[in-house]
This record gives sequence, structure tokens and C-alpha cells, in this order.
Amino acid sequence: MAALVLRRLIQVGLILLGVSFITFFLLYVLPADPVRQIAGRSATPQTVANIREQLGLDQPFVVQYGRYLFGLLQGDMGRSYLQKTDVATLIMARLPASLLLMAAGIAAELVIGLTMGVIAALWRGRAVDSGLMMTSFVTVSAPQFVVALLLLYIFAVKLGWFPIGGYGTPAHLVLPALTLGILGSGWYARIMRSSMIEVLRADFIRTARAKGLARSRVILRHALPNAILPVIAMIGIDIGIFMGGIVVVEGVFGWPGIGQLAWQAIQRVDIPIIMGVTLVSACAIVLGNLLADLMVPLIDPRIRIR
Amino acid sequence: MTAVLATRGASSAFKRLLQRKMALFGLALVVLIVGAAILAPMIAPYDPYEQHFDGLSLYGEPLPPDATYLLGTDLLGRDLLSRLLYGARTSLIIGVMANGIALMIGTMIGITAGYFQGWLGSVLMRFTDLMMAFPALLLAICLAAIFQPSIWIVAFVIALVNWVQTARVIYTETSALAARDFIAAERTLGASTARILFRHILPHLVPLIIVWGTLGISTTVLLEATLSYLGVGVQPPTPSWGNIIFENQTYFQSAPWLVFIPGFAIVVLALAFNLVGDALRDVLDPTLRGSD
Repeated sequence: MAALVLRRLIQVGLILLGVSFITFFLLYVLPADPVRQIAGRSATPQTVANIREQLGLDQPFVVQYGRYLFGLLQGDMGRSYLQKTDVATLIMARLPASLLLMAAGIAAELVIGLTMGVIAALWRGRAVDSGLMMTSFVTVSAPQFVVALLLLYIFAVKLGWFPIGGYGTPAHLVLPALTLGILGSGWYARIMRSSMIEVLRADFIRTARAKGLARSRVILRHALPNAILPVIAMIGIDIGIFMGGIVVVEGVFGWPGIGQLAWQAIQRVDIPIIMGVTLVSACAIVLGNLLADLMVPLIDPRIRIR
Repeated sequence: MTAVLATRGASSAFKRLLQRKMALFGLALVVLIVGAAILAPMIAPYDPYEQHFDGLSLYGEPLPPDATYLLGTDLLGRDLLSRLLYGARTSLIIGVMANGIALMIGTMIGITAGYFQGWLGSVLMRFTDLMMAFPALLLAICLAAIFQPSIWIVAFVIALVNWVQTARVIYTETSALAARDFIAAERTLGASTARILFRHILPHLVPLIIVWGTLGISTTVLLEATLSYLGVGVQPPTPSWGNIIFENQTYFQSAPWLVFIPGFAIVVLALAFNLVGDALRDVLDPTLRGSD
């Protein structure tokens, strides 16, 4: 197990190295010039050249990337071009908000998705089942911003139950978390449904029923814990999907997380911040996948990974 | 022989598809939307770019739906229905094109890696793993924002972040096929690599490609809508469902229909392809048959 974890961690390191290289390369070759953004339109060619030299952007690609990587190995993610602050500081300031939103979003999608899945499995083939499965299709077909705007319109503008946007109180968290929860619930509902159906067919469930246990007890104490296991392994993979979606949801609700940081940086071609957020997101994605892989044998000891 | 089997398989698969209510519903929606997009010049009541003199209220605000403008007007006094119909063209063109490119890249990488294995396969699949670790939406936003996007660039950017799933599925399937006896037999008979790949392996992959191609259209349509909503996708005045929402967002509170009608259209389009794709997967993928 320890050797396996070590090998996977080395793989994670290599993947992050690759992500950093590709992102750096793309930002280097693309026709976006950060110096123009910093200097402004009226800058003289001399000023532009000075800034370029100061930031080391006049160096060849290999030197620039080498410097970045060298800094990264020492925990230095560079400085923002426009905000004149360390990228690490900026990200650390924003990360708690994003993690809070992510945790609340995952909790929301588990509650909504698992409930839908269990109900659909128990009333399999009935109208409730098809209705819920149709709903799950709708949630996976909806773009984040549409759901976000819809919730915002109904619950903040019309009903006034929650603030329109911002950060600080638990009330601010409800709508963004619910948006992410609704969007992610469809997949969980479908996995939970098929897992539950499979478990309900198992011999031990029949045995439990045969020895006279109440149906509700069999479902809650015997079927549910077993059916939930495969769903839990999904959470790791889900983290990756979250990291992508967070840009839009944070934008709509004015949530001050790393998604907003990235969006502002992209508009101003602030390369160190874009690099930093991409790497942090990639880190979350690979660690999430690793977690999912490592959890599988813990959940079901019959499965051993190589 | 193969052709006969393939046609028989296809027609029976189609019949089984038609027996599913959800798939039928999805198919009807697809036909409706594609039809509306193709017929847009004939059925659109107005020119989607025309800013009507009477298209704004006295205070310069968009008009709610009425008899003249069936779905109301947008912030520049243009007819929303006409813009939606033409927007369907943009969304579908990008969806189909981006998805086509993604499918092609994914299939090529998957087949090559799956058939040749060895160092080439390893390199390709490690690269695919690498792409899996990218925050796709972030990458797409970043690329789209940097290239002042045209429709083609938006489609290309979407394709670049969307081929990975296909590559992995095709890789797994090709690896399994390449190890089968009939492929070894072909090789012994002296068939060329090209012949084995195109005549024997590719036809077996067609169902997978159809399934992922259908499901992929919803993914690409959603991604296009998101990019356009953020203002880095299709640029106004060309209408796309995402940028209609982007343009009119300032009127979100006073004219919510400008946001929710296009939003509804996006959901319906993505839903339609998801329903058809999911049913196709059940019908075409023998490993899943009877599991539901």
C-alpha cells in the first residue's frame, strides 16, 4: 500500500509538471501581451521594453520556464504582474472561500442526488422513478449560469430570502452551494439508483427480509450502507468537475474565490496568477482522482489495484 | 457479410431506440431544434440584426412578449424570437463542428494507442492522463479570451478540451479488440496494418463513436453557451444562445425573459442530445444490456 501511494504520488508530480509546462507554453506562444496591459496604451516603446526586461519576458522560453519551475520548487509561485503581490499570497487569501463553497456544494449534491436515487430505486418502474430520472437528465443538461441565474431570480430577487451576492454569512452560501448541488445531483442520483437496485436484489437483503425485519429497517440499515459505497468513490472524481465549474458560479454570485481570481487574471493577461490557479486546480483534480482510486479497495476489499 | 450484419444491427438498434419513450422524446426535440435552425430564414419573423424603431419602450427598455414581438425584444430593440432562431444555427454549428473535431482527435489517439500499444501507446495515453488533469473550463476560457474569437476558433478551443473522454473509451475498446483472435488471424493472413485498422477495428468502434458523438454534442453546446455567456465565446452581434444572455444580463431583474428564454433553449437542446445519446448507449453497448 505504501509503495503504491508513493508511486502514485510520483505520477501526480509528473502530471503537475506536464500541466505547468503546457500552460506556460500556451501562454508564451499565444498572441496576448501582458506588457501592453501593464504599460497601458500611451506607453512609449522604451517603457514597454523596460517593463519587458524587468519581468524577464525578453528571455527565451526555456529560460523563462526554467526560472518559473525553479521558483516553484522553492514554493514561490511568482508575483502578479498587476497586483504586485505574491501569487501564493493571493491564492491562499482566496482558497478558503472556494473550499467552503466546494464542501457545501458537495454536501448539497449528495443530499439531493442520493435522496433522488434511493426514492427512484425503491419505486422502480413507477411514475416517480421516471420523473426523477428525467429530472436527473435535466440537471446534467443545464449550464451552470442558467441554474445560478434562475435561483438568483427566484430566491433573491423575487422572494428576497437570500442576498443577491457576496460573501460573509451562511445566507450568502446557500444559493451558490445549491446551484452546484443541483447541477451535480443528476449523476449521483443515477449511480445511487443503479447501486441501490443491485443491492436490493442481493441475497443478504432477502435473508434480512426472511428473518422478519421490517422493510424500513432493511432499507436503512442493510441496503443503504452497502449501496452508498460505490457512490463515495465518485466524490474524488467530482472534485475535478467542481474546479472547472467554480469560475462561473463564483462569477454570478460574486463569491470571492480562486475562480474569480482566475477570471480577472485572464482578462488582464496576468500570467503568474493564471499559472498559479491552473496548477492549484490541477492539483485538486489529480489528488481527487488519487483519492477515488485509493478508496476503492478500502470500500471493497475484493478489488485490489496494481 | 460485415456490411449486411452492420445494417441489420443498425436497423434493429434503431427499432429498439424507438421503443424507448425518453429517447423518442429526445429525438423529437432534436428534430424540432435542427428543423428550426435550418428553416430560420423562412420562419424568423424579422431580421435578427435589425434594431426596430418601436422595439424599445419610451424609457429605452426592452419590450415584454406581445403580438408584434412574440418573445419580446432585447436591449437594442431586436426581435428575441428571430435572434433565438438564428442563435440555434450558431449553437448547433459549433456543437456539431467542435464535437466532430474532438471525436476525430479522440478516435485517432485512442486507436493508435490501443492498437500499437508499446512506447507510442504509453506516450499517447500518458498525454491523455495529463489532459484529464487540466481544469477544462478554465483552459477553454483562457484560450478563448486570448484569441479574439470567431465561431471557428470557439469550436476549435472546445474541441481541444473535449477529446479526452473519447480517446480513453476508444483506447480501452481497441486494446480489447486488438487482442482478439480474428485480428491475429488477419495479421497471419498478411493483411496490412491499414486494412486491419480500417476494415476490422474501426467498424467495431462505430457504435461507441455514435454514442460518444451524440453525448458530446450536449457537452460542446453547454461549453459554447458558457464561453459566450462569459463574453469570450461567439461575439455579438452574431447571435448565440449564450451571448444573448451575456448581452441582456443588465436587464436581468426587469426583463427576466431575455435571460430565461435562451437559457431554457440551451437546456432543451442539451437535454435532447443527452436523452438520445443515453438511449443509444443502452441500445448499442451490449455490455450494458439488461442492466437496467
